Amino acid sequence: MTDARAQILGRLKTALDRDNRSPDAARARLETPPENLVPARGQASDADRIGRFTEEATRVEATVSRIATLADLPATVAEYLAGHNLPKQLRITPSLAGAGWEAQPLLDISSGRAAGLDAVGVGRAFGGVAETGTLVFVSGPDNPTTVNFLPPTHIAVIAASDIAGSYEAVWRRVRTLAPAPGPGKTQLPRTVNWITGPSRTADIEQTLLLGAHGPQRLHIVIVDDAG
Amino acid sequence: MDATSRDFKSNAFDARRDPHLQDALARLGHGFPLKRLEAAARLPEFEALRDRAREIKNHVLDNLDFYLERFEERVTEQGGKVHWCTDAQAAREKILEICRSVDAKTITKSKSMIGEEIAINDFLEEHGVDPIETDLGEYIIQLRREPPSHIIAPAIHLTMGQVEETFRKSHDDLPAERPLDEPRKLLEEARDKLRDKFLGADVGLTGANMLIAETGSNVLVTNEGNADLTYSLPKVHIVIASLEKIVPTLEDATSILRVLARSATGQDMSVYTTFCSGPRRAEDLDGPDEYHVVLLDNGRSELIGSEFHEMLRCIRCGACLNHCPVYRTVGGHAYGWVYSGPMGAVLIPGLIGIDEAGHLPNASTLCGRCESVCPMRIPLPRMLRAWRRRQYRRESSSGPGRLALRAWAWLAQRPALYHLFTNLSIAALGAWGRRRGAFRRLPFAQGWTGSRDFAAPAGDTFMAQWKKGPRGDASGEWLRKRRS
Amino acid sequence: MQEDISQGDHGGDAGGRPRVGLFVTCLVDLMRPSVGFATVELLERAGCRVEVPEAQTCCGQPAFNSGDDADTAAIAKNTIAALEGFDYVVAPSGSCAGMLKMHYPEVFADDPDWHPRATAFAAKVHELTAFLADVMSLQDTPPAFETTATYHDSCSGLRELGIKAAPRRLLGRVAGLTLNEGEEAETCCGFGGLFCVKYSDISTGMVDAKLDDLEKTGADMVLGGDLGCLMNIAGRLRRRGSAMEARHVAEVLAGYTDVPAIAQPPGGGPANEDAS
Repeated sequence: MTDARAQILGRLKTALDRDNRSPDAARARLETPPENLVPARGQASDADRIGRFTEEATRVEATVSRIATLADLPATVAEYLAGHNLPKQLRITPSLAGAGWEAQPLLDISSGRAAGLDAVGVGRAFGGVAETGTLVFVSGPDNPTTVNFLPPTHIAVIAASDIAGSYEAVWRRVRTLAPAPGPGKTQLPRTVNWITGPSRTADIEQTLLLGAHGPQRLHIVIVDDAG
Repeated sequence: MDATSRDFKSNAFDARRDPHLQDALARLGHGFPLKRLEAAARLPEFEALRDRAREIKNHVLDNLDFYLERFEERVTEQGGKVHWCTDAQAAREKILEICRSVDAKTITKSKSMIGEEIAINDFLEEHGVDPIETDLGEYIIQLRREPPSHIIAPAIHLTMGQVEETFRKSHDDLPAERPLDEPRKLLEEARDKLRDKFLGADVGLTGANMLIAETGSNVLVTNEGNADLTYSLPKVHIVIASLEKIVPTLEDATSILRVLARSATGQDMSVYTTFCSGPRRAEDLDGPDEYHVVLLDNGRSELIGSEFHEMLRCIRCGACLNHCPVYRTVGGHAYGWVYSGPMGAVLIPGLIGIDEAGHLPNASTLCGRCESVCPMRIPLPRMLRAWRRRQYRRESSSGPGRLALRAWAWLAQRPALYHLFTNLSIAALGAWGRRRGAFRRLPFAQGWTGSRDFAAPAGDTFMAQWKKGPRGDASGEWLRKRRS
Repeated sequence: MQEDISQGDHGGDAGGRPRVGLFVTCLVDLMRPSVGFATVELLERAGCRVEVPEAQTCCGQPAFNSGDDADTAAIAKNTIAALEGFDYVVAPSGSCAGMLKMHYPEVFADDPDWHPRATAFAAKVHELTAFLADVMSLQDTPPAFETTATYHDSCSGLRELGIKAAPRRLLGRVAGLTLNEGEEAETCCGFGGLFCVKYSDISTGMVDAKLDDLEKTGADMVLGGDLGCLMNIAGRLRRRGSAMEARHVAEVLAGYTDVPAIAQPPGGGPANEDAS
């Protein structure tokens, strides 16, 4: 196996004349990643960000609502589920455990990683990208990934202040989650998910259908003051 | 997968006479290009982003060794393992070894062209491990034991009726009276079936749209979410990826993602874009315990620095297929192997040899539409010609086509003889065909007259008439008649 | 209008007119000289002095696309030597002009003598409609012609030389001509030189798709700037028993519309025995 590694790298180094070319530019690129090009759509001002995010998310078949504080979350979730005739069994991420679910005793709440039969998953997004209405989730003890994928209905909670213009702005925050293990190195959480709308497929006669394997419904709740 | 690229011509012949396929291709050829145009129109920076993407990948290829080493370091530091494999057999054996190490019985898979390239499914089945495709299109063709016909829409050649037939044949517990007469019902049937497989799998095998050196991650792009259920539920996550998938940083990955979906389906961004970095952390509530990256060479390192170097910029978006008039006429299966369309015509000979795949670079008008839509600006026509150049040099026998071409070229270097010969033969051909204006049959041009009339020469050659000048006699007469 | 057009072979033009070397192209030369004459007519209307060096033959594209480097280079040298002495080199074909302009320098990339020559030569090369519209800014009014037409964009002209607006601008000045755009105007017709005979079944599929699109436009005539494409399209139109005509754009612009359309007999229309 180390044989294969040496063989492959050897071939590459010869083809790339590595003996005479030091990878300085590459090293520099890792140590100071250039931003490349952020389109104007990703540079929305603070005033525009939420509006653009909502517009783009709606374009890709997510639904969006807005509440003042996290305390309003249980009521808005109950309303959403009733309005769409959905089951009241929820799997929430531990990060949302303190939102005051006792106020909605009819909701059946469990917290933690999702199980195969969960009907609704409620997760907290780390960030949002106004450019395309994308939500960014990071895995962790408070935010198990499966909550965002297994249940057929996904309710995503996001603080208004966490909605950025571009992906790059969110990466800058993600990089601060753990100390850099060394120059040119970044430690990410195990899973970072960009979610842009509900699951879809067009594999059968190019007919667009929502809810292939991931959630069929994505409802985004923007919280003005997440405390 | 065994290649049938040698049979491209007969494959193409059959494809042209398959009405289901032709309907699907008509839809594809109309829909995808329109959507791509709409997406590009909505993003003023689209062309600039294509340039950036090309620059990023060129830089990567110039430093491929460095970035692969950095990637390996990051993966290892996070508790994952990188396995280097020179060829398909090594990769197959490594994947089986990992499966056996955890006594895996079932393994779920998300779509991977590399997986097709190494024919991993058949190999695993032969060795007692059950691989389940989870991408809906891949799942359907797996049941039908067919190869994919498009790199992002593998079942695009099938009708709803064919899918229903497949499910009824393969899903034992599907009651005969359950209606499956709509796409949604078929989807639900597949979703239910696969849900259990996701939950029960021992290993999840995914491909990688990209690998990121800065973070030791693999990037997965789907619209269905099947990849996410594939890596997050089982105990082991195996990534199979070829060498050139690496990019340096998160920003570089982001730049490429901005042109990927727009070029492929016209979406601004695919629904699920995921960055996986190593096994679960100690405090995570879910995620795999083990993370393996099988890095495959299988001919890539030989392409570096060759005439086909730029092919390694390909991000497998499928735009070239969607816009190619040849692909739109014959579909993906005709190409006879894993890849198809213009990128297939360039890459397949590089991976399985030009003798086996000889037809592919020649079955093209070099119209250039592929290059015009490629997000990475790969000069596909130039590389198709490069294959033709190699073939020309190797050809020992001279078929009638080659002889005719050489004869023409010989004449073209000798103007006096050229004009003498053409003046005489055109005058003769013209005399023969002028009355009817065209030939229905020409003995030496059956390839043409089999399906088209061949216009008869209008009269003497231009040069003969011009020469009769200077602007006197016939040529002047011609022009004078027009002007009076 | 010029009364006396002498074709003396002394260099330079006393009247200050640009000297254009016409690259006739082998298809026009052999199959349809009216395109060549129309081209001369148009160039002269644009104020050029046109010469047609006899030493020209073929642009070498069949050899180039077949991977035959040696023959391509030899043919290219012949073409360059025949035409490099002019102010401009104009061809009534996007694919031949593309070959001369974009690929000749490529052919001599490793030849220190010929590469600069090929590059200097390439700078002078123009496809006809682009030359008339963009270089000479031809303003004159073409003869009127009553018809509904559609335009087929040949691949090389479109993608190698960027020709799209020029022919349409010129045709826009033809009184009585209505131009309907086909959805697939930019889609390859399946000619591709040797491709159409080597892969004739696929080529037929492609030309059928093109014809379906042409028919959808409701046009009576298809125009284009490449005789190879037009012969392919016309040949299939005739085989399918269609009444649609195919002509080269130069012929319409020069008013040479009484010449039989491509693949039509004198007197016009599909001949009796071809009616299916």
